[in-house]
Amino acid sequence: MLTKRVIACLDVDAGRVVKGTQFLDLRDAGDPAELAAAHAAAGADEIVLLDITATHEKRTTLLETVRRTAKEIFIPFTVGGGVRSLQDAAAIFDAGADKISINSAALADPSLIACIAERFGSQAVIVAIDAKRSDTGIEAWTSGGRKPSGKDALQWAREAETRGAGEILLTSMDRDGTGKGFDCELTHLISEAVRIPVIASGGAGGAEHFVQVFREGAADAALAASIFHFGLTSISDLKGRLFAAGIPVRFPC
Amino acid sequence: MIAIVDYKAGNLTSVKKAFDHLGADAVVTSNPSEVTQADKIVLPGVGHFAATNALNESGLREAILDSIERQVPFLGICVGMQWMLASSEEAPSVHGLALWPGECSRFPASVKSPHVGWNSLEIRSSASRLLRGISPGSYVYFTHSYRVPLLAVTTAECQYGGGFSAVVEKDNLFGVQFHPEKSGAIGLKILENFCGLEC
Repeated sequence: MLTKRVIACLDVDAGRVVKGTQFLDLRDAGDPAELAAAHAAAGADEIVLLDITATHEKRTTLLETVRRTAKEIFIPFTVGGGVRSLQDAAAIFDAGADKISINSAALADPSLIACIAERFGSQAVIVAIDAKRSDTGIEAWTSGGRKPSGKDALQWAREAETRGAGEILLTSMDRDGTGKGFDCELTHLISEAVRIPVIASGGAGGAEHFVQVFREGAADAALAASIFHFGLTSISDLKGRLFAAGIPVRFPC
Repeated sequence: MIAIVDYKAGNLTSVKKAFDHLGADAVVTSNPSEVTQADKIVLPGVGHFAATNALNESGLREAILDSIERQVPFLGICVGMQWMLASSEEAPSVHGLALWPGECSRFPASVKSPHVGWNSLEIRSSASRLLRGISPGSYVYFTHSYRVPLLAVTTAECQYGGGFSAVVEKDNLFGVQFHPEKSGAIGLKILENFCGLEC
């Protein structure tokens, strides 16, 4: 049986893992290579490394960090942040990533999705959507959550799928870093609207939130960062809790 | 020497990294004569079945067939496994090796596609050499939209929108639909088994 995936995310700034609240107020959480290996050993199903300041500072992704992190992990490894072109993506794959995650660059030029998918396969292309609720609906935001894109999140998810995305990484900006739980309603809405897997992100505070997003949110995978880094929940504990709740997970690993 | 065949379709870094980790002498190559000299051949594959056309057009197909004829162990991964069949619905005009009967087909509309994530192996043959030391129900990582049907040579199957072949093997021929290089300790053990084969 296909299991629900638990994904550990490393938000990286200048080669260090950091974590903030609602995309601001960053705190140091350690070395990316060490944390990735520790999460993989503890049963993480995938590792995502997001270079969170790459887009707005117009830096290229830290390839050396990617190479070092990829070296000793043998589970799927995704890198995002600052991927603006096919060449950026190719360099990241060459450094050892299996998938790239694109957000701002895809919003600015949606043809980039197909461009990378045709060369590396759809399975290697995740379109990340930073979604924020407003009075008028749910909008996709760009530049690391700094600017509204003007695109409706659901329409954008469908367009990304049509253009060749292999998965959607859906982050609730309203919940990110709050520990109040995933936005299950949002996740369900997007998950039902597309035929590709949806990774829920933003708001994980405990095992019950993962149970909720898999059950009520119809998420195929769920991603969290800070709760793992600061030891609030170890991944092995979390997967044990999910297993006990009847959620299909890879456990024991 | 293990030849990891590069036909310019996708990313082979992870496959190479896994063999390096195991201490195996593996080279990534698109040179047919280097493939011919290899003790073992690995054909990775990500992306579209049509990408295998590059094998047909570059002399790599002949080099691989020649080695297979000489009983050189061959491992197809993902699309590399699918290419061992005659064809795929994904690109009907592209010819696979037709080592076994059947055609690769798309997942039914009842399930999301691609099939992405960790799924369990139902081992059908205790004589499997590739799965030596692997427990039934072990999880491995899949990512694909097309699948190989259940065949006489299927040694492990997987359930997603019905059963399909996760592992096929016969004599010196081996194929895995999942990515052993991305399947943690289980995947590394499977690659280690391949490295240790004497055919």
